[in-house]
Amino acid sequence: MTQVKDLTDPSRRKFVGASVGVTGAMLIGPGIFLHQVAQAKPDAEAVTDKVRWGMLVDTNKCATGCDDCVNACAKENGWANEKGPDEVKVQWMRKVDLKEKSTGREASLPVMCQHCEKPPCVDVCPTGASFKREDGIVLVDKHICIGCRYCMMACPYKARSFVHSPVENHDDYMPRGMGVVESCTFCVHLVDKDKSPACVTSCKEKALLFGDLNNKNSEIAIRVAKENSRQIRQDLKTNPGVRYQGI
Amino acid sequence: MIQQFNTLSLTSRLGVIVGLILVLVLVTPIFADVPKPAIPQAKGDKCIADTDYMRRNHMDLLLHQRDLTMHEGIRVREKSLKNCLTCHAVYNKQKQAVSYKDKRHFCNSCHSYAAVKIDCFECHTSTPMAKDKNSGI
Repeated sequence: MTQVKDLTDPSRRKFVGASVGVTGAMLIGPGIFLHQVAQAKPDAEAVTDKVRWGMLVDTNKCATGCDDCVNACAKENGWANEKGPDEVKVQWMRKVDLKEKSTGREASLPVMCQHCEKPPCVDVCPTGASFKREDGIVLVDKHICIGCRYCMMACPYKARSFVHSPVENHDDYMPRGMGVVESCTFCVHLVDKDKSPACVTSCKEKALLFGDLNNKNSEIAIRVAKENSRQIRQDLKTNPGVRYQGI
Repeated sequence: MIQQFNTLSLTSRLGVIVGLILVLVLVTPIFADVPKPAIPQAKGDKCIADTDYMRRNHMDLLLHQRDLTMHEGIRVREKSLKNCLTCHAVYNKQKQAVSYKDKRHFCNSCHSYAAVKIDCFECHTSTPMAKDKNSGI
């Protein structure tokens, strides 16, 4: 019995698996894969501009009055517990209801940081705290943010918030503090672990789709190539990574 | 001063000398005996580098890791603040990890001694990571 156990060496199994995989890939041809399997970025590897993270919001599916995505965002990232008046409360994400007066058609959509290709917030930041990652996610480096709020003024989407009151009991993966600006991070801590942002996973209507716009095989890239979608304030030519359908 | 001292009587001179010695004896402990910080024992056999190196350079390691993680998304554990806190956690009698506000906290034990104010924990949590949160991290 013990002998049998010794024979099933896990490293051997791995080798067999790997060699099968290699032959499989070789049959199709060098560099050509039938399926690009989504793989988590290794922790030690830097993000690259080969990836452009984006989101597609189908407002036809987005239900008026539902704010599951906003609540999920608040829970995941630990905002919305601030004390103080409503006007100064932190808001990473909000629901906006639209109504066309002449026809009466209504639409509801979540608005958050649009993760622009040319972000105005980055342009105006005097310290370099506001920056765009190689993979297109726009972030605030709170270590070097001085809380001047220029970026909040520059953002056409009103996506950023200033933390006015001390933050307590936040989660360890989401450090937060008073005196700096913050906004939607596309849940970067989850994205780096190959997971979707909290708002996307929380949406029951499946109105939100997250993915790599640069990868032609990804669902989001296929859909934006085939279906009509638009960006908010396209005229500003910031080229947001968040796109909307049905508005 | 010395001339004045010489004019004094022998007993007065003795008195002055004894007085000076007494003052020295009383004052010296204030300079000599600042209690050394009680540095809490960490978990595991050894740190990621020698103690001497870590004492001098931990801030540089943390700063480097901070920029890599923030700007490039490199999330290796080794030199992260979270990794420090995992091994260097100090627990109270209720077996709960104490926060930076507590004098027993690993960082605080030395930083209060050295009078170096750090603001890491204005935003970061100072206790080890909770095992299971709603996030996948």
